[in-house]
Amino acid sequence: MNRAELKVLAEFDYELGQVEKGYTGRTLYVNVSDNTIESRPVTPEMKEIFVGGKGFGLWRLWHGVTSDTKWNDPENEIVISSGPLGGTTTYPGSGKSLVVSISPTTHSVMDSNVGGHFGPLLKFAGWDAIELQGKAQNDVIVYVDGMQGKVFIYEAPEGTADTHELAERMVELFADSEAEKVGISSVTAGSGAEHALIGCLNFSLYDERRQGIRVKQAGRGGIGTVFRDKKIKALVVKYLGVKGNSNHPADKSRIDRVGIKMHKEIHDNDPVQCRMRHRGTSYLVQIMSDYDLLPTHNFKYGGHPEARRINGDVWEARFRQGLPDGCWYGCTLSCSHTVEGYTVRTGPYKGRVVRVDGPEYETIAGVGSNCGIFDPETILEINFYCDTYGLDTISFGTLTAFVMECYEAGILDQEKTGGLDLRFGNGDAAIELLHQIARGEGFGRIAGQGIRRMKQIFVEEYGADPQFLQDIGMEAKGLEYSEYVSKESLAQQGGYGLANKGPQHDEAWLIFMDMVNNQLPTFADKAEALHYFPMWRTWFGLCGLCKLPWNDIIPEDNALTEEPAKVPEHVQNYVEYFVGVTGRQDVKRGEDLVRMSEAVYNFQRVFNLRLGFGTRQHDAIPYRSMGPVTAEEYESRAERYDQQLRELVGFDPTGKSTAEKLAALREYRQAQYERLMDAVYERRGWTANGVPTLETLRRLRIDFPEVVAVVQQHL
Amino acid sequence: MKILKTYPDRCIGCLVCEAVCSETYFQKPDAAKSAIRILEDDTGAADYRILVCQQLGDCIAVCPAMAIRRLKSGVVTINKKKCVGCYACVGFCPIQAMFTHPDEIVPFKCIACGKCAEQCPTEALEIVEVE
Repeated sequence: MNRAELKVLAEFDYELGQVEKGYTGRTLYVNVSDNTIESRPVTPEMKEIFVGGKGFGLWRLWHGVTSDTKWNDPENEIVISSGPLGGTTTYPGSGKSLVVSISPTTHSVMDSNVGGHFGPLLKFAGWDAIELQGKAQNDVIVYVDGMQGKVFIYEAPEGTADTHELAERMVELFADSEAEKVGISSVTAGSGAEHALIGCLNFSLYDERRQGIRVKQAGRGGIGTVFRDKKIKALVVKYLGVKGNSNHPADKSRIDRVGIKMHKEIHDNDPVQCRMRHRGTSYLVQIMSDYDLLPTHNFKYGGHPEARRINGDVWEARFRQGLPDGCWYGCTLSCSHTVEGYTVRTGPYKGRVVRVDGPEYETIAGVGSNCGIFDPETILEINFYCDTYGLDTISFGTLTAFVMECYEAGILDQEKTGGLDLRFGNGDAAIELLHQIARGEGFGRIAGQGIRRMKQIFVEEYGADPQFLQDIGMEAKGLEYSEYVSKESLAQQGGYGLANKGPQHDEAWLIFMDMVNNQLPTFADKAEALHYFPMWRTWFGLCGLCKLPWNDIIPEDNALTEEPAKVPEHVQNYVEYFVGVTGRQDVKRGEDLVRMSEAVYNFQRVFNLRLGFGTRQHDAIPYRSMGPVTAEEYESRAERYDQQLRELVGFDPTGKSTAEKLAALREYRQAQYERLMDAVYERRGWTANGVPTLETLRRLRIDFPEVVAVVQQHL
Repeated sequence: MKILKTYPDRCIGCLVCEAVCSETYFQKPDAAKSAIRILEDDTGAADYRILVCQQLGDCIAVCPAMAIRRLKSGVVTINKKKCVGCYACVGFCPIQAMFTHPDEIVPFKCIACGKCAEQCPTEALEIVEVE
């Protein structure tokens, strides 16, 4: 089929325009219920307060939904926006898209930061963001033609929704020549996202050297499920002609200076630091295992002797080397590697030879060690299928680990799992579970709803102990944990538990500062870190940036600076870069960037409140993320815990049973977490119930009447 | 493979090469737009150091847009139309012989045309064939 044969449901013409200082000044609204397409202006206030990216997404979403909107209501939206710096080619890590929606697993606001070419190409096609609303009757394709100035809604052709086929097909369909292929990027989900709540979105880029597509995932919180619920099969953009000045920056030389400096720094230091260019984030496996941080057997343990079997050197040998593996032009950190020529061994694509995008650390730890699986082939199989089915590898890994623990604890058996022998380490059973989740069949239909719903089902239907499930079910706010053991770092417990969207490490990763280097000894220190770092990391998502070039490569003399954890030289790079693009005169220091994030961060907190969440009770975390739940867990690290009881708790463990010791440790750690919440709320300018005060809203200039009205209900 | 070979010990720092290069490719003599640079040699080996591309080609693999390639003559060139201006090639050049200028969005480098060698008064530059 070619494009001319597609049935057009709606068509919209627009002036191509030009990006000015990182902004097009308008966003695209598409409603797939009634096929409305319109242009909406970006106001100066939006740019000043919400900056772009996630900020624009939240602002548009706020106005698109009500306090009663559910994830599968037509008025729920998916908003995708890069940000003012997005699409810059000179500074590494500048091609991200930020996606927001109301999540099917948390029922609150979700955000996800993803690579691939879509966000930048959308901007160069003329739009700072795209806002998708409504629910089509039959599958549609939304196409933005940034060369002709046209937007189309097409009836989608028959065929699979699975990404590895569909995204290639979109390139063939919308590129008019071989040379145009690099100008096409699509957003797709997959058949799994139609049947499970943990659906993800795949953002593509056309790789000229590989002569095929690569995909990056907006994984967290089920936005792929929302996408398929709207019956959007693919969202496609075309734009050709990306240049070093496509953002029309205010002062390009300021960007060039820091950008070239970063390329050189990566050239010189990456080979002796993280070696991202060779193995991406996969090298973290062994380090995490060595520090007792690698989730193993549903976060019971922090390491395993077999971790070396799935560590970076194994993947380095599998990854195709020597290619510029950025997910946007100019990202010389190049972490997004692929395994080529993988032969699929199960399921509907059995026998096919495919490209696997990744695996990255989160996938390896999630579907690997956390499930007791240390076989690279099984990890690749799951990685491939999760991506093409449009399922989040992190949620799949964490929920499968939970299921496996329930199975070993006798809550589940083969009768309940339909014959699946879901012991830790059974890779074949994990793969079969994945296929069932994708088809929405058998036990997979239950598992695909995520841990929070499984807990309820296991209690109501299988008579499981609710307290035990609450303790071991690694979810908070309805989102499955990402892959770090936080037991020995109180600050990281907060990093997970106090995160706006749920336990994802993109807000704060404080384990080394807190646990290894002991740089956060007091509650005030931890609270300060849980103020600064979440705000700082939020800023990347406002601008269309990746966090990795901030601290996964560091200047040689970074350790000699006053605050090495902040990487001060890079923070200053970002000030130069931001001012270079936007020309904003009010930005001079890192603190000015953090203040931007603070406004958006607090707005998101209020958004949670508006949807019925966002207070202290919703920042609760499962005890497994704080300390040992079971006797075997305690005894595996008895020396450490006994010592803590003696030295920190004032409880003499001598002669006490494991149950008594577990209880004493638990009482202490839970109280510590409560104290941490108090300290962080105060530092963030929130009430003891976790609600931003009116003074905080005023200080951050987000005291809009509708925002104040939401907060006032909780004061 | 054709390269511009340099003899720094013969260089007198007259900067004729910089003027010729920039005039040839940017139509005005401007050292900041030259693909060859004469720098003071702080190692003491000679008075000057001559910085110019040796056609090593490390930049080819790092270019994400496949805009850099080696011609049959061995010379490494940039396809301006394909270049996305990321300057990865600039940061990754092992001898820092890929240059940028605020007026230009595409970087530039020596393509061993030999114009500067023709004009050099001390024969400090020479086009040669190397393996």
